[in-house]
Amino acid sequence: MVERKPKIVGFCCERHGMDAVVLSARSGKQYDASVRVVQVPCAGRVDGIHLLKAFEDGADAVFVLGCLEKNCYYDTGSIEGRKRVDYVKQMLMEAGIEKERIEMFNAASSNVWMFPEIASKMVEVARKLGPIGRGEKP
Amino acid sequence: MIVAKRKPLNEIAEMLVPYNKVTVIGCRSCVAICLAGGEKEVKMLVSALKIKNRKEGRKQEFEGFVVERQCEKEWVQEVQDKILGSDITLSMACSLGAQTIGDLYPTHLTFPGLNTGMFGVPEEQGVWSEKCVGCGDCIIHTTGGICPISRCAKSMLNGPCGGSANGKCEVNLDIDCAWSAIYDRLKLQNRLDLIEKITPAKDWSTSHSGGRRTYVREDAKLTPHQKKGKEGVQ
Repeated sequence: MVERKPKIVGFCCERHGMDAVVLSARSGKQYDASVRVVQVPCAGRVDGIHLLKAFEDGADAVFVLGCLEKNCYYDTGSIEGRKRVDYVKQMLMEAGIEKERIEMFNAASSNVWMFPEIASKMVEVARKLGPIGRGEKP
Repeated sequence: MIVAKRKPLNEIAEMLVPYNKVTVIGCRSCVAICLAGGEKEVKMLVSALKIKNRKEGRKQEFEGFVVERQCEKEWVQEVQDKILGSDITLSMACSLGAQTIGDLYPTHLTFPGLNTGMFGVPEEQGVWSEKCVGCGDCIIHTTGGICPISRCAKSMLNGPCGGSANGKCEVNLDIDCAWSAIYDRLKLQNRLDLIEKITPAKDWSTSHSGGRRTYVREDAKLTPHQKKGKEGVQ
């Protein structure tokens, strides 16, 4: 039987977040192809509805990657992003969904090793928890 | 404005279990400002309910939308088809919105998605606090613009009581003592003489204690002839 590939959506800010993704790829690092990267202008632009919609549309795990909180390009974007992730985490828990399915990460552009690590961590979570509900698709 | 809070997701989901087609209606007024039942909150609730249903293998249809003011019949009537086309309506407005839908369509089920809390003001982003209870007989001109009925735990008219210490209330040290605030405000306004004035017992008949209240402005009411004309236009 073919193993089901997990679906992971990563919302990455176009500053340090995407830099960390692109630089890790340029330096030859590889990450799991199950991770779909969605570029956003800022981690603070990610709203709760975007995160929930990703789950609604079949994602097994979702993460937001923003700048380091004290070095955010837009000053407080990463903090806003974290607050939204925490709120959705709470909502998922209320719905009986594992809170580990959603995480916030912060990276500096130069952290070339970080994105593959984040991807592996989320893939591992998605594999461990499996798809939400019985069906593979909503 | 009216401040409300979303009911726990499990409570909402449990209410909706027996129904297949659910319409979720938010409101763009007070509950949108207090981030409880606006467009975003409706979308998030619908999404969370869909995810929960997938997790539990339950099939239900959800549709979410928002009206301008759910407490006014005219706005609700605009979405009549959507309301009546569903098995149940979940109102994401204050209780007034939910009751307006219920009164308009008494045979249709309308359940509340929010717990209506208070008349409050936004103190800072994400924080709302109660400043009025709608007693129907406002006295804040004598108390430096601060309402002792809503802001004092004992609703005292002559304060502060013995439980006031360092500007805080004995009920909870996180709550500011209303009468301490009134004293400070009157001092600022050079009207401290007012704090010594004894206020007699309040007439509560103008509050909810006097039963359900109805306010009428005769000049704004429509005459039978005008009503007939309006119905004709509609």
